[in-house]
Amino acid sequence: MATHQRGRLPAGAQLSGALALGRRGLLGAAGALAAGGGGLTPARAQAPTIRLGVLTDMSGPYRDPTGPGSVACTQQAAAEMANRGFAVEVIQADHQNKPDVGANIARQWYDQGVDAIVDVPTSSVALAINGIAREKNKVFLNSGAASSDLTGSACSPNTVHFTYDTYMLAKGTGAALARSGGDTWFFITADYAFGHALQRDTSRFVEAAGGKVLGAARYPFPATTDFSAFLVQAQSSRAKVLGLANAGTDTSTCIKQAREFGLTRNMKIAGLLMSFMEVHSLGLPTAQGLLMTEPFYWDLNDRTRAFAERVRPRMPGQAMPAQVQAGCYGVSLHYLKAVADMGAAQAKADGRAAVARMKAMPTDDDAFGQGRVREDGRKIHPSYLFEVKAPGESRGPWDYLKIVATTPAEEAFRPMAEGGCSLVRS
Amino acid sequence: MEDFFGIPAPLLFGQLLLGLINGAFYAMLSLGLAVIFGLLNIVNMAHGALFMMGAFVAWLLLDKLGLGYWWALLLSPFIVGAFGVLLEKLFISRLYKLDHLYGLLLTFGLALVIEGVFRNEFGSSGLPYRIPPELSGSWDLEFMFLPIYRAWVVAFALVACLATWLVIEKTRLGAYLRAATENAPLVQAFGVNVPRMVTLTYGAGVALAALGGVLAAPIYSVNPQMGSNLIIVVFAVVVIGGMGSILGAVLTGFGLGIVEGMTKVFYPEASATVIFVIMVIVLLARPAGLFGRA
Amino acid sequence: MSDTAITAGALPAPKAENAVAWGFSRAQFAALTAMIVFLAVAPFVLYPVFIMKLLCFALFALAFNLLIGYVGLLSFGHAAYFGMGGYIAGYSAKALGLSPELAILAGGIVAGVLGAAFGWVAIRRQGIYFAMITLALAQMVYFFCVQAPFTGGEDGIQAIPRGSLLGVVPLDRDMAMYWLVAGIFLGAFLLIHRIVHSPFGQVLKAIRENEPRTISLGYKTDHYKLVAFILSTALAGIAGAVKSLVFGIATLTDVHWSMSGEVVLMTLVGGLGTTFGPVIGAAVIVTMQNYLAELGAWVTVIQGVIFVACVLAFRRGIIGEVGNLLKVKL
Repeated sequence: MATHQRGRLPAGAQLSGALALGRRGLLGAAGALAAGGGGLTPARAQAPTIRLGVLTDMSGPYRDPTGPGSVACTQQAAAEMANRGFAVEVIQADHQNKPDVGANIARQWYDQGVDAIVDVPTSSVALAINGIAREKNKVFLNSGAASSDLTGSACSPNTVHFTYDTYMLAKGTGAALARSGGDTWFFITADYAFGHALQRDTSRFVEAAGGKVLGAARYPFPATTDFSAFLVQAQSSRAKVLGLANAGTDTSTCIKQAREFGLTRNMKIAGLLMSFMEVHSLGLPTAQGLLMTEPFYWDLNDRTRAFAERVRPRMPGQAMPAQVQAGCYGVSLHYLKAVADMGAAQAKADGRAAVARMKAMPTDDDAFGQGRVREDGRKIHPSYLFEVKAPGESRGPWDYLKIVATTPAEEAFRPMAEGGCSLVRS
Repeated sequence: MEDFFGIPAPLLFGQLLLGLINGAFYAMLSLGLAVIFGLLNIVNMAHGALFMMGAFVAWLLLDKLGLGYWWALLLSPFIVGAFGVLLEKLFISRLYKLDHLYGLLLTFGLALVIEGVFRNEFGSSGLPYRIPPELSGSWDLEFMFLPIYRAWVVAFALVACLATWLVIEKTRLGAYLRAATENAPLVQAFGVNVPRMVTLTYGAGVALAALGGVLAAPIYSVNPQMGSNLIIVVFAVVVIGGMGSILGAVLTGFGLGIVEGMTKVFYPEASATVIFVIMVIVLLARPAGLFGRA
Repeated sequence: MSDTAITAGALPAPKAENAVAWGFSRAQFAALTAMIVFLAVAPFVLYPVFIMKLLCFALFALAFNLLIGYVGLLSFGHAAYFGMGGYIAGYSAKALGLSPELAILAGGIVAGVLGAAFGWVAIRRQGIYFAMITLALAQMVYFFCVQAPFTGGEDGIQAIPRGSLLGVVPLDRDMAMYWLVAGIFLGAFLLIHRIVHSPFGQVLKAIRENEPRTISLGYKTDHYKLVAFILSTALAGIAGAVKSLVFGIATLTDVHWSMSGEVVLMTLVGGLGTTFGPVIGAAVIVTMQNYLAELGAWVTVIQGVIFVACVLAFRRGIIGEVGNLLKVKL
């Protein structure tokens, strides 16, 4: 590569494991740069180095369910795959939920030695990076974005879509509510790719169950913190279900403000993308009874409990890992297994080949159990419908959810033929 | 529940209330801006950031000292107002002899600094601030559900604006202020300490913004962007109302809030731009603003 | 008025005898040569995409400087033209399949038309009112872009193809794109210089110094101001158009008011009303943003501090101070 900037870390990158940078500390930045940059680490490793770049939301509405926790889980995967004949380096950056910021960081990272980008919540950013990874034949391991278009119209041979997508969420929560009497819906939708996709996929299930969508209010993302105008609109539509096509703090704020405006008296609330982090911030009294669909919960079985205990020391505030963060672990682990299988030099040179190897090998990790990556890049695993426990039912901190239903892997996700992905040979 | 013009009553009154609440914030902020501009001839671009500081100070008072909402209403304007006085003495006062555009640029820079520091410390998603228990709950009126706290915001803002207007128009201090706006050297010659008055005026305008911030904290959840989202609309309000007019700022603020709310009912897509469109129309018809003096 | 005016930092124009070529003084010609050498050598040493970004913003700042530096009008909403140019170029290249030079031209033209409409409204007022009106109008554009389907809202227009220049030269390779961007930048730079040193430019300077007298001399100052406004916005649109082709993405960030603030900062740091000031200012700010990106929100704080420092103590900007030291006009 002709244009290597000598001895300099790519902009927006930090060495993890060194000082945790985040938003604190000019000193921290100086320390990290001194430790890792300035031309002091030439190619001393005889073995090739696989670089994973965790690009996530460090300061916005998705910080708690992804953010530093995603970095921690990726580091966990890297630690578990040490001593396989190659070194693994994990760096991180904040895309601030902006497609142009994310695209610039991704482009620079890929041009300067990063092999795979991990996480990327926020579908608009993910779609941009999806394109760049394909253009540069690198690897995109997405855990946080939800838009089902990543394995549909925008599918790519360089991308693996882990954790969840809008189809899985819609089929889980949306269909369940529609079947149990929620036949009229009003959506409050984050006005970008994710919100649109989630609303679209959920509406399909609602209508398939005989219900009707009475209307939707789209709000600017991530700028909105007061949802009262939209909640008033929802209330006057007289729908039975309020569908929240948003995530993170947007969801928790909507739920809180819905209570304030008395929506909860006549409407059921469907948090279409909720993780137990939102339950944590709402508190059980407010959140009890809410339904949510997740493919991972720390208390699901012995393997997930073991994984949660292993990774907790690395997590910010010793929190339990949430689904997206566990997804970063699962996808990074599988990628590194593929790299070990085909040889690091080969994996670095050809992203498409690495992803193809990931699709050829079945997956098995403590967080998600056994599964596989389909031709269209979609990783499939079972999805679970949870209900939030009442305060009396909870046996301790982080014990928030009880399982209501399980959907097996092959049924949980959109059938390959329906996605419109060009990689799928019908 | 009846329907008005085919619009269900809860929607109409709900949006009307929300419009009044927005209008309350527009009025309080544009009042502070108008006061500062009248005397200092500076467009205080930092006004939004100081509004945000008011909310954060309220949050910090609760988080670190356990002092609740009512304390915050009292203390936060003082604290942020004092900070404003500091800003004026250290930075803004150096620019009085220069082109007014420099004041705009300086306060813009100050806004960036304040917002950046808070974003660094607290991230950019909102911090929750609970509605004080005395004001929580809602009145279940027949035609709508009225959250008590939001009604309180409108009432309090009205009182604050009225009080400010009274001070400026009816008291001796206000008379000095208005005189200094017209002819500062003459007022100085009469023995009034004009620079000190200027400093205190800036502090008072800032305190008013901070008061708005405390009012806003339970509604908008405390986040570093809350001021910048608001301030540009407030500028449009001030241009429409007329830069020097106190009454104009208040009336226009509330009025435009209502207009915005009504637009959300009938034509939601336009609600974000309607105030700017009105600004263009007013500028073409009456360049000095609705209440301003050319 | 002139001592405290916002462009007081600018020194008087060099005498005609000092002009070496195309109206550049000796010092300016030296600086121009240095700039051309840098453009020729830099892509082999630094990351070309980074330099292209720098050139786009330098062009944006040059366009902005045309208004503030030579007419004395502070437009606080210039991002509207920059971003709209980017959106139009992106849409033209992606959805309409136009070749890159046509897409860029389209971006510039639409931005200029927008500038004509907004300028006609804003010119009616001066000074602070002008600034606030331009800010509010730009905010309208921002909200329009949030809603309009062709902009893709929060997602932006992604995967904008660079296409082939004139249908012949493919621009996918960064180096190929670089030469095009450098060429456009240089061309625009020389164009702006010509405009400023033409009779038209002289009238603009006269308006800045003393508008009532210029009116009394019989010039229709509103027309001159409007034309300058349109030129400024069209060039800003071209800058935005080039940027969206380089990065393949056009988003709401480009029309946000913080982008308007950034171009003001770049020009202020570099030196209002100087020829090379905006270029240096853009270089400083873009470089700073790039290398301090890991500090996150501290970048905003640093930019604010620089703003404050420049306004209080450093009004001439880098090039202005250098020029003052060397007693030349840069």
